Amino acid sequence: MKFTLSWLKEYLETEEGLDTIAAALTMIGLEVERVDDPAPRLSLFKSVLVEEVEPHPNADRLRVCLVDTGDTKISVVCGAHNVRSGMKAVFAPAGATVPGTGMVLSKTVIRGVESNGMLVSEREMGLSHEHDGIIDLSQDVPVGVPFARIFGLDDPVVDIAVTPNRADCLSVLGIARDLAAAGLGRLKTRPLVPVDSDVPPSVQVMIDLGDQARLCPAFAWCHVRGVQNGPSPDWLRQRLHAIGLNSINALVDMTNFMTFDCGRPLHVFDAAKINGNLQVRLARRGEKMLALDGRVHELEAGMLVIADDYGIVSIAGIMGGERTGCDEMTTDVLIESALWDPLCIARTGRRLGIDSDARYRFERGVDPAFVIPGLERATRLTLDLCGGVASSLSVAGHVPDAERVVHFDPRQVRRLSGLSTDDDEIGAVLNALGFLTSWHEGETFDVSVPSWRADVTTQADLVEEVVRIVGVDKVPSVPLPRPDAVIGSIQTIGQRRRGLARRNLAARGLAEAMTWSFISEAHATCFGGGQRELELVNPISPDMSHMRPGLLPGLINAVRRNVDRGFADVALFEVGQVYRGLRPDDQLMMAAGVRHGISHVNGAGRHWQDETKPVGVFDAKADALAVLESLGLSVGNLRVLSDVAPSWFHPGRSAAVRLDPQTDLAWFGELHPDVLDLFDVSGPLVGFEIFLDAAPVSRSGSVRTKPHLQLYDLQPVRRDFAFVVENDVKADELIRAARGADKALIVDVRLFDVFEGGALEGRKSLAIEVTLQPKDKTLTDADLESVSEKIVARVGAATGGVLRK
Amino acid sequence: MAEWDQLERELIAAIEGAADDAALEVVRVAALGKKGSVSALLKCLGGMSPDERRSKGPLINSLRDRIVDAIAVRRVALRTAALRVRLAHERVDVTLPVRRGSVHDGRIHPVSQVIDEIMIIFADMGFSLAEGSDIETDYYNFTALNFPEGHPAREMHDTFFFKQDHAGERLLLRTHTSPVQIHSMETRKPPLRIIAPGRTYRCDSDQTHTPMFHQLEGLVIDRDSHLGHLKWVLQEFCKAFFEVDRVKMRFRPSFFPFTEPSLEVDINYTRTDAGIRFGEGEDWLEILGCGMIHPTVLVNCGLDPSVYQGFAWGMGIDRIAMLKYGMPDLRSFFEADIRWLKHYGFRPLDFPGLIGGGA
Repeated sequence: MKFTLSWLKEYLETEEGLDTIAAALTMIGLEVERVDDPAPRLSLFKSVLVEEVEPHPNADRLRVCLVDTGDTKISVVCGAHNVRSGMKAVFAPAGATVPGTGMVLSKTVIRGVESNGMLVSEREMGLSHEHDGIIDLSQDVPVGVPFARIFGLDDPVVDIAVTPNRADCLSVLGIARDLAAAGLGRLKTRPLVPVDSDVPPSVQVMIDLGDQARLCPAFAWCHVRGVQNGPSPDWLRQRLHAIGLNSINALVDMTNFMTFDCGRPLHVFDAAKINGNLQVRLARRGEKMLALDGRVHELEAGMLVIADDYGIVSIAGIMGGERTGCDEMTTDVLIESALWDPLCIARTGRRLGIDSDARYRFERGVDPAFVIPGLERATRLTLDLCGGVASSLSVAGHVPDAERVVHFDPRQVRRLSGLSTDDDEIGAVLNALGFLTSWHEGETFDVSVPSWRADVTTQADLVEEVVRIVGVDKVPSVPLPRPDAVIGSIQTIGQRRRGLARRNLAARGLAEAMTWSFISEAHATCFGGGQRELELVNPISPDMSHMRPGLLPGLINAVRRNVDRGFADVALFEVGQVYRGLRPDDQLMMAAGVRHGISHVNGAGRHWQDETKPVGVFDAKADALAVLESLGLSVGNLRVLSDVAPSWFHPGRSAAVRLDPQTDLAWFGELHPDVLDLFDVSGPLVGFEIFLDAAPVSRSGSVRTKPHLQLYDLQPVRRDFAFVVENDVKADELIRAARGADKALIVDVRLFDVFEGGALEGRKSLAIEVTLQPKDKTLTDADLESVSEKIVARVGAATGGVLRK
Repeated sequence: MAEWDQLERELIAAIEGAADDAALEVVRVAALGKKGSVSALLKCLGGMSPDERRSKGPLINSLRDRIVDAIAVRRVALRTAALRVRLAHERVDVTLPVRRGSVHDGRIHPVSQVIDEIMIIFADMGFSLAEGSDIETDYYNFTALNFPEGHPAREMHDTFFFKQDHAGERLLLRTHTSPVQIHSMETRKPPLRIIAPGRTYRCDSDQTHTPMFHQLEGLVIDRDSHLGHLKWVLQEFCKAFFEVDRVKMRFRPSFFPFTEPSLEVDINYTRTDAGIRFGEGEDWLEILGCGMIHPTVLVNCGLDPSVYQGFAWGMGIDRIAMLKYGMPDLRSFFEADIRWLKHYGFRPLDFPGLIGGGA
């Protein structure tokens, strides 16, 4: 909402300066977004007298002018056809910035003649598109008057953000009322002399809404004959121009002025163009109207319209039609001042995509009690601007009674805000805002809410009024009492798991990324998502249309961007939500990561100490297991299963990790070449995905005691075995078999060598180191022999493996 | 006697001339071995008369002792020399670069770090964490929060929608974390002190707006907490979070359908080449909206507004992260540019909180 300082002062008698007013506006809830005072940047532009005009000695189309600036007489070269001696013009000296072009003027020599500045056109001053000659001022203007004053631009423009509840402050009147209540001055009332006429309007208006009459409670109108429509006077043009509106003609400008001045949107019809009478009704599907915005709007059934015998003449409360619009030829005008249902206006405006100042106000709620006074003021203004003879006012429907009383206990102010404002001051603040207060049995106020404050319905609303006018800065800062107990863990188990996963992965050298929750349909589908129900109706771009089924798509895209920038050896992870459906339970928390190029846990990029090899499935496996272990799972209990990881992984280089046979805790592997193609990234690329909520909650629950630690004095004994097995035997089976050979004695089995090829052709050798922990007596050779036999037998039975010779 | 002297001279010369342990051992065996020259002299002692033995014994024994000592001295000298040679041989270039370790390489995203920082500060004030899902119903995102159907305030939220389901319900991506207020009040009994960080969504994109961002919801419900407490909580939070003794904040009246009175809070700062300073300069950054819970919201959650009251706030986590750590552009938060993550991210062992902080 924009307004100018002088406009405000029509309603507010104040001694305060612009800065104080602007600061006060923000502090009472009318946040100042911008204050624009054009006068300072136009201060160099002043009126001058062009004393002499001589032809330019070296150019046919240029003239050399002697200009009297009041202080001095200087030479200016000018090319305008209308420059003549004795004229009053606007002069910009060297150093001035021309607003219309942004050009900074300097003293120059034009074809051998010195020029000390510029005589400017309306377009150069940003006044209009007029560039046919320089500004030709009236002879009455003295020399040396600032341009801004001559054109009424010495009036600062204030732009405030009005919150949706404060429809009353979408008018200069409403803003002035708030400022006056805040002690910034006195609210001026402007007397209105109603037009007295016995002649009824010749056009009749019928509200024909059946049981939907609430959509248009009241429609008031007046008919003014014999008007002379034309350009508005300067004061009106300047005000509208200052707030960014184009001046159209006096009648249209009058309605725009009323909209901003007192928050009363109006419409003017050229009465001569109306066929028959007007009817307020609901549109029929497919009806069309060419509106004043130059667009043809096709209406939907149920939209509110005003129609004559030929069809729709106005989309009620939003925009009028071109056919009955007022132009310079209009002599009979019908002025409409009506009440429309805010929801209906909002819905229609949104469906049709029309943003008008009228819609903006009607959908927020206009003052119902101002329908008739607003029409009276508009009629008076019309007569003042355009002459003519007014009819009496007519009203269809009834102006609703907006009277509302809120029982208000002034102690609520202290209860809700902590302010210790006394009752008298509370009453005074409310009165200044237009609320009427009377004591109800000496305990509470009966507060009568003014018709323009539909937003105030409860005691809390009244507390807000008091707080914002007394001042939020007056609210004391009061310590929130400390809790009377230590609160213990403040996180849920899920949050703790996310934190553990995050710190562990970062400690393994991966960098945490945060990627969009929505991805493209193709990427979502590739990773098991892309369902129609998870598609956004209004995505911000086609690449962000579907809720992500996993974290890998976003991470792989991030890898591609980094690779494209020249950073190929990246390791990224994300901990966040994925979506399997729309219900809250369908939102899962995952941790996932990717490693690309040479980016192992011990470091990224080539290094003289390392064998330089690209990442592989085991890098991803190590990450996945590290996270699962951080969640309290014992890696020894986990099963790593091949051939069950999802399709986006390499089928032979991927696995699922399970604790029980049904539940996948994690997947890891090299990404499938098809995925690399789809994401346009080259490998090697490995990834892992962990379902953070799938791991069982530790059975010990809140018991934090660790199990008893058993230490033995006897040294452990280590024995190595190398088994030759078929190629498809899983190392894990062999290790488990060895371990199971003597559960009491064998405490660890470690696989330290894998050898394939050579003479083994089709088979491989797996070498393990078995650790035996004697408990109460030293192991004899016979004991060792017996355990070794059990291991060989067990492994042989489980895997078909035989000791390598 | 003279031949003994001769023998000793020869042996000493041989010992000193031994080039390594093996050569020295040969000399030792030749002198002191079973058939050694010194051993032979010692053996003669048995065949001597007591007088002769008394006179020659000490001489022969001392000869033996001198040879033994000489061998020992030579052995040490040889070992020292050999060690010197070995150590010289083992010399490496210690300026060769080393891997700095994964703890050096990894990073925590600034938003995660900031959420941890926030959590610790509010934990100290007795708050615990809650959370909700990103996909919400219209009821929890709007209706329960007193956004009337069709009200312009709904439009300000630029909501992402899903298609209507068979029952005619249209789900959406939550536009703020405030639905967590409703879930919390529905499921827990007052008094409540809750914070809820999370992702929120609006279909809007420019330098300061991304379609996805992070918000922190705060909620206090009891019988007497008022705006003054709200002010204190937020002031104390900002001081602790920005790690300053004083912070200049501006509380402005505003409007949210779910609070009454409603306030917006700006923080005063200035950006210089040396970084961001608080409580100085002319710049204000809006960091949060807040207010007293609207009575209608309390009623919607089954609480009697004449008994219970409280306040709530919604704070932009990304914004306060930018303000504290100086990231210029919000969009980079979600780009996963490894250069940005390395620069603005935190090391995994940079634990926030009372025992954390810079060295």
